[in-house]
Amino acid sequence: MTDFLKNTLGLSPAVADALVVFIAVNILVAFVAGSAIFFIWLERKVCGRIQDRLGPTRVGGKFGWLQTIADGIKLLVKEDLIPGDADQMLFRLGPYIAFCGAFMAFIALPFADGWVAKPLSIGVFFMLAVMSTEVFGIILAGYGSGSKWALFGGMREAAQMVSYEVPMALCVLVPVIVAGSMDLNYVAKQQDWLWNWYVFHDPFTFVAFWTYFCCATAQCKRAPFDLAEAESELVAGFHTEYSGLRWSFFFMAEYGAMFAVSGIAVNLFLGGWNIGFLPNWIQAHMGIFANLLGVVVFVLKAWLLVFVMMWVRWTLPRLRIDQVMMTCLKYLLPISCALLLGVGLWQALMPVIVGRIFSIVLCALSVAALGWLVYTLLTTFTKLPSGGVPNLWTPTGSARRDLAKT
Amino acid sequence: MDSPYSLLFWPLAALIAVSAIAMVVTQNIVRAATWLLFTLAGVAGIFFLLGADFVGATQLLVYVGGTLVLVVFGVMLTAQGPFISMKIGAGEWAIAATVGIGFFSVLAYALINFNLEIPSTPTQATAPAPSLTDPQQAAAKPPRSLAPSIVLGTALLGFESATPVEPLTGVQNVPASLVSPGVPNATPSGLPRPPRLRTRMAYLLPFEIVSVHLLVVLIGAAYLARSKRRRGVTP
Repeated sequence: MTDFLKNTLGLSPAVADALVVFIAVNILVAFVAGSAIFFIWLERKVCGRIQDRLGPTRVGGKFGWLQTIADGIKLLVKEDLIPGDADQMLFRLGPYIAFCGAFMAFIALPFADGWVAKPLSIGVFFMLAVMSTEVFGIILAGYGSGSKWALFGGMREAAQMVSYEVPMALCVLVPVIVAGSMDLNYVAKQQDWLWNWYVFHDPFTFVAFWTYFCCATAQCKRAPFDLAEAESELVAGFHTEYSGLRWSFFFMAEYGAMFAVSGIAVNLFLGGWNIGFLPNWIQAHMGIFANLLGVVVFVLKAWLLVFVMMWVRWTLPRLRIDQVMMTCLKYLLPISCALLLGVGLWQALMPVIVGRIFSIVLCALSVAALGWLVYTLLTTFTKLPSGGVPNLWTPTGSARRDLAKT
Repeated sequence: MDSPYSLLFWPLAALIAVSAIAMVVTQNIVRAATWLLFTLAGVAGIFFLLGADFVGATQLLVYVGGTLVLVVFGVMLTAQGPFISMKIGAGEWAIAATVGIGFFSVLAYALINFNLEIPSTPTQATAPAPSLTDPQQAAAKPPRSLAPSIVLGTALLGFESATPVEPLTGVQNVPASLVSPGVPNATPSGLPRPPRLRTRMAYLLPFEIVSVHLLVVLIGAAYLARSKRRRGVTP
């Protein structure tokens, strides 16, 4: 694109560089904000369905799809409160640092082959480093609010984040060792066919994916690790005193970080933008559409992981703070150390053919398990309980037909 | 301003300088830590600007975590009331200012007297002298080299002569006389001499021992700061 601007439009290199950076940053900001809007709507729908409700249904006609926009307008016109006891500077600074940390990670995240704002040879390391600054904004918010609830939330977050960074980084190293590169673009490119995805590469990467996902959930302070907010104990934790737009910045940061960690997982373990079938045919026959398809596939995969995070959040109860720390230091940390050691030994000692057979078998088993899971989920609902509760529930439709048969 | 990169340098430098001064001046420990965060993030930005992505990311990862722990300790150990501020006596100000200005002038003196320009190599000397009328040739000055850092880096690892077998990225035309003064760079057969291990003095081992010493200090601090627990009494 820089070449296009330089050669076709005749711009000077400096102007062309600046223009490319400007365009890339704008696209990313739009994507992060837009996906946050979508995720908040999705969160409410998923939460509602899991709790046997409907979630938002009215705003914008079908499915309440304009609900987040309405929420956003409400947040925009809300009064911007700063408590009298707050440390003004830190209170104002907190949301921006949190959002910057979450947003800057997207600079190194490739969405399709070569479609990355800034290709970095240490992409995944950069993303982890930048996302660790997000926690600083949360701690500043917790401290600067001048409230005990917020301070508790901030301190818990600090303890949790400093601990969970370690196993998360170790789990990231496992596929990096397999690929031999920290460049996310290169790592994703290696995983063309389905059985080449690193999650199926060997037993250690398979476990590393799940361990990474646990740590990433904790890193995004999502339930069951949402000790920083802990509504039932700390009112709302670190953002108790925030309102309006500043509050919404925290949520943009949270949903942005969720997509970013899911994006890392997709690129490292789940084949990035590759569909898993006929990679060469797609590259050869589709031209630019191969990359567009790649973006769609990548975003869908990352959305799926974000959906799983929501699913987990509304299914599991919150852990206590000592349980959170114990999970990390006594279980996840030794597991990730063992995975790191194991994958190194596997790479050094295992014959290639054994590795190939293993990955194909593991891939087939996983696909079969996933298919069985989907089949069970789809067929369970047809078997409704017979009878029904008097005055509360009467079977309709297919259930009535089932009842008529019995 | 030869490129947008030098345009970006000045805001970053200003950020580093202003937040460093603010960190010293402020009396609230958490605010000081926040300013320190901005200083260190600015340094990371300089590293990114120089193309040293790995060092920049490491700077962020290590020092953000470090400052974080500083904030936590600051809150835990000093916060008797909300937003406690530290009063500093005039004598402490004087000592700190003397040490700071002394160190700054040493650094400034070293930087001003340090010649970054590399004299042109023989191959460039034989080339036709750049004419000032041709802008392209005038811009092609002898490249600034990383030679001093190479000397330092190899000394850290204990190598005496630092002739890279393959050309390193970013290093162009390092003259042999600069890299290892007094040591002939090539063997009589013309092949480059492999780096010799200097067993006399390598800085890597002392460096590592100092880092372990830091760990010892940390453990000692944790031991001193922990709550004393009497035997047989459950807390």
